[in-house]
Amino acid sequence: MKSFIGKRAIASGVSLVVLIVIVFFLSRLTGDPTNLYLPIDATQEMRDQFRQMHGFNDPLIVQFGRYVMDLVQGNFGNSLRQARPAMDVVLEAFTWTLWLAVITMVLVTIAAIVIGSLAAFRVGGVFDRIATFFSLIGAAAPDFWVAIVAIVIFAVNLHVLPTSGTGSVWHWVLPVGVLFIRPFGLILQVVRGSMISVLSSAYVKTARAKGVQSRSIIFVHGLRNAMLPVITVIGDQAAAILNGAVVVETVFGFPGIGKLMIDSILLRDFAVVLAVIMVSALAIFIMNLLIDLAYALLDPRIRY
Amino acid sequence: MTDTQILAERKKSNGPIARWFAMLWADKFAFFAALFLLIVVLCALFGPLLLDAVATKQNLRGRNAPPFDITRGWLYILGADALGRPLLARVVVAAQNTMLVAAAAVLASSIVGTALGLIAGYSRASAAQWIMRLGDVIMSFPSLLLAVIVLYMLEPSVANIVLVLAITRIPIYLRTTRAEVLEVRERMFVQAAKVMGASHWRIVFCHILPVIFPTLVTIATLDFAFVMLAESSLSFLGIGIQAPEITWGLMVAQGRPYLTNAWWLSFWPGLAIILTTLSLNLLSNWLRIALDPTQRWRLEMGGRKHG
Repeated sequence: MKSFIGKRAIASGVSLVVLIVIVFFLSRLTGDPTNLYLPIDATQEMRDQFRQMHGFNDPLIVQFGRYVMDLVQGNFGNSLRQARPAMDVVLEAFTWTLWLAVITMVLVTIAAIVIGSLAAFRVGGVFDRIATFFSLIGAAAPDFWVAIVAIVIFAVNLHVLPTSGTGSVWHWVLPVGVLFIRPFGLILQVVRGSMISVLSSAYVKTARAKGVQSRSIIFVHGLRNAMLPVITVIGDQAAAILNGAVVVETVFGFPGIGKLMIDSILLRDFAVVLAVIMVSALAIFIMNLLIDLAYALLDPRIRY
Repeated sequence: MTDTQILAERKKSNGPIARWFAMLWADKFAFFAALFLLIVVLCALFGPLLLDAVATKQNLRGRNAPPFDITRGWLYILGADALGRPLLARVVVAAQNTMLVAAAAVLASSIVGTALGLIAGYSRASAAQWIMRLGDVIMSFPSLLLAVIVLYMLEPSVANIVLVLAITRIPIYLRTTRAEVLEVRERMFVQAAKVMGASHWRIVFCHILPVIFPTLVTIATLDFAFVMLAESSLSFLGIGIQAPEITWGLMVAQGRPYLTNAWWLSFWPGLAIILTTLSLNLLSNWLRIALDPTQRWRLEMGGRKHG
């Protein structure tokens, strides 16, 4: 297990270093932040002073060397926009996104597993058809469009939910609801497919022959064995929300990591961009590790 | 038993095209999905030729004209956008860019991914290890985040979007191909070909590739939907295709400021995205059965269970 984690850490570490180097140089080639942060009539002296202060005057390679040296000492640089340590800014945003991901994925997992298992129990029945229909639509719906339609219905026409920001429980309803749809559709399909194949296996037939109740066949005998492919998809979708809720966060003005990413790139806040990449890479790494642990827990035959 | 008789009769009289058509007809959902996709492809091919002038012609008197009103002509059946351009024509014309980007990205990533996967699965050289590590590196970052970074830093042009989307999708094909090759490589017919002195090229392209091809086609169909959604999201965020070019995702974004008084601006292109994605998913489900010789009978028997 230890060597397994070690190998994983090396692979992730290498890719992280490669990405940081690429992003560091590419981001500085895109332009000078001076024009964005100083007034349009700033004098040349002010501009020079600004560049001097943030070290944009030195050759790129020197800037990179300085960044790496700071990094080694645990200093991720300062945010240009908010004038405080970049890592503080990122962790604050990450906490919001983490909550969003956790709440959404818990709801999705429960709903998809319960509905998917029940649908698989009577393949071709009315319940199965309805569940399949909605899961297909859900898996096909683009989140930005669902977000917009939800705003029109619930905020513009019915005036029941706020459209953006945070502050009350109601602010979470639309973002969570919109993020819920696609993973729900995808996971439901996997649960259903996996459950169908498990329910036709020999040990389920034996349990049925012994007269075990339907409910306990589904949730005791079937579920644990049907969960392996489901876990993979749950992990993928959770990772997608942790890092890719860009669209939903932007539409709903949610102060998460996706919105921070977009804003920081637009305003050339380089230190924050790099810190976002590092934090999300770490999140993905831990996420994948948890998934592998879940595999081992569910199926004792799996050993690392 | 009548099913078997019908099956036998059909096989006698029909060629391969008719047989495929019958299998498609057996699954009504897949049939209508294929029909819809055919219409979308025709729109993508010929739409801009026929409707480009109409789709860009401004008509300020018809600003945000409501849908289902044909007094202005049938082109305005879905309403008009903020500059009075007919939405139906614009949705048809936008199909071209949407399809073009997705098709190019899927084609590029599937060819590169499959080629690398064949090498990684078939050769025992250390190159194979490097290819897999490369796949891991790409996989360990979420595609949308990567796309956002790259497209902000480079110019958001069609070529760059295709490039970014293609790179992020390579590992899917790479991993599937490699896993399949590892299994097929050990089968008897490959051993036989080896014994008879077939070259590596011949074994890979004439014996292994045809066996794994159906799986790849199914994945590519599903992936097409994913890439289309990704492109739409990028265009929606403003870092994908840039105006005056249009895609469905961009049209949704352009309609956003008018949400309160003209919902149809964003609604129709979004619906086009959903229907296309849905059709691709349904068709992929059908392909998985139709291309699998051990499952195909479900469709050839009439496929009542799939209706």
